[in-house]
Amino acid sequence: MPHVANIAVSVLFDGLAYAMFLFITSVGLSVTMGLMGFVNLAHGAFAMCGGFFVVSLTRTLGVGFVPSLIIASVAVGAISVPFERYLYRRLYKSTDLEQVLLTIGLAFMSIATFTYFYGPIPKSVPLPGWLQGDVNLGFRAFPSYRAFLIVVGAALIAVLWYAFERTNIGAKIRAAVDNRRMAESVGINVDRLFTLTFALGSGLAALGGGLAIQLFGLTPSFAVLYLVLFLIVVAVGGLGSLKGTLLAALVLGVFDTAGKYLLADAGGFFIYAVTVVVLLIKPAGFYGRE
Amino acid sequence: MGVSNSKSATAGDAARARAAEYLLSRHRFRWAEALPWLVAIAAFFVFPERMTFGSQVLIAVMFALSLDLILGYAGIVTLGHAAFFGIGAYTVGLAAARLGWSEPITGLFAAAILAGLAGLISGWFLLRYRGLTLLMLTLATAIMLQETGNLRSDISGGYDGLPGLSFDPLLGRFDYDLYGHTYFIYALVVLGIIFYFVRRIVYSPFGQALTGIRENVRRMHAIGSPVHRRLVTVYTIAAAIAGVAGALFTQTNAYVTLTVFDFDNSAKVMVMLILGGTGRLYGAFVGATVYMVMEDYFSKLSPTFWQFGIGLLLVLVVLFARRGVLGLIESAGASLAKRKKP
Repeated sequence: MPHVANIAVSVLFDGLAYAMFLFITSVGLSVTMGLMGFVNLAHGAFAMCGGFFVVSLTRTLGVGFVPSLIIASVAVGAISVPFERYLYRRLYKSTDLEQVLLTIGLAFMSIATFTYFYGPIPKSVPLPGWLQGDVNLGFRAFPSYRAFLIVVGAALIAVLWYAFERTNIGAKIRAAVDNRRMAESVGINVDRLFTLTFALGSGLAALGGGLAIQLFGLTPSFAVLYLVLFLIVVAVGGLGSLKGTLLAALVLGVFDTAGKYLLADAGGFFIYAVTVVVLLIKPAGFYGRE
Repeated sequence: MGVSNSKSATAGDAARARAAEYLLSRHRFRWAEALPWLVAIAAFFVFPERMTFGSQVLIAVMFALSLDLILGYAGIVTLGHAAFFGIGAYTVGLAAARLGWSEPITGLFAAAILAGLAGLISGWFLLRYRGLTLLMLTLATAIMLQETGNLRSDISGGYDGLPGLSFDPLLGRFDYDLYGHTYFIYALVVLGIIFYFVRRIVYSPFGQALTGIRENVRRMHAIGSPVHRRLVTVYTIAAAIAGVAGALFTQTNAYVTLTVFDFDNSAKVMVMLILGGTGRLYGAFVGATVYMVMEDYFSKLSPTFWQFGIGLLLVLVVLFARRGVLGLIESAGASLAKRKKP
């Protein structure tokens, strides 16, 4: 295969894998922000928490990698419920600023707590044999782990799409995002709906956190370091839009990977440049309502 | 007919006079306002060996004061205010390291002009947006500046910083000393001048218009106030002040690295301001001082513990003390006064 095409395929493949990580981690944030307009800067903390659960489950308790991912997601989803019930709920009607402060406070506290228990050194996870090495797709070999990430991402997109577009609860969520008051007045319990989506979103963030360990290594500062990326995906995609989040994750994932391949020094510049351009043209993001 | 007309005219005049009186009375100096300056001067004599730290506190106050102008008075929520601090810091840093321009006071002016210019340009583009979009755009601006600096680390020195900066003696006569006495007084004088300027602004009709925008943008649009122009103006002024704070930071520390553009720096100044109380000028003084002293003390004990503490503090402030430390004192004073009355 010619050299240029080879690089292009690598960029697309890695970009796709990265996009899946961004999508899985950000989609919950997008839906909860769309539903309640709540600026949740502690979302990255839930992802980080999920990552450390996976580390503990695999390293200390010897649970397999994939079961650990599922257990961690469910656990973090459950843990997030009391936070939503007792802390977040008080601030739904507050200003952006107060929400920003409360949630960044929570993020700091979680970073400190996890630093205390796990230390600041990056953690890794033991992967099962079938996720190590390469997988050969006939015309060339790809790293198995990234292929796994793409498969998981694609499966989740299918499930979420079905749940959003074809089930009763999905219809209720879409109704509440579009017009909260109207949804409430036709008898939808938006508060309960929100608790449910918040738990689901946090669980997905935890799954993303677990999947990210192999890509970036896991330190407690993950909670703030990658938070900016999740927020960018949400803002560029448009609040509360599944389609928008996916498109934003794809665009930003591929652009960022391409930027890092082609101009290693420019590093993170591309993703922010793309963000600024998109938001200047479409302030509400790809599929957000102006 | 004529009589009632003149009557309503005098009523109108009286109302206008009351409004003018109200605006004027806000300008008047109150004795309590001397307190922070007396504290600063007292600190100079009580802790003469801690004056390097003292000037860092003054710089933090200045930075928080600039944020108070846009956040506290105009209600602009930004996550990228460190961008202007960084531009100021790098203006004097690069001028001294690469151009040999190490005169400190003209350096401050250059920093103010460049940071103000950056504020004008970015503000003109960004201040049409609100909410999450604005948060992301301001954040991205600061990070892009940082990445640009990193890209040209041959000029900026990257994350290792600019090495071996030295500045000329102040006014050609007062040199840098080991205990930082000169720079403390320098920072205090600059802060005093800037504070006078900021106080004039917030108590002027322009300041009133900003508060109006914060409270109700739609109504300000409806009464024909040039909202965007006013926001850009105050954003430019705040950026220039943040630039001066950044320039002082480089001059007092004699070094600067790209970490001045960090998200942490933007978040920290916001925390300081919230802690003291927004939209009340002296919130910046109280918040920055309390924050810096606590950080100095607790982060020596354990950085992890400090991070947990600052997080907890934020949560508690949002839940129980939304108007900051000064707000708490005010409420306590009010409830005491109530108890005394009967």
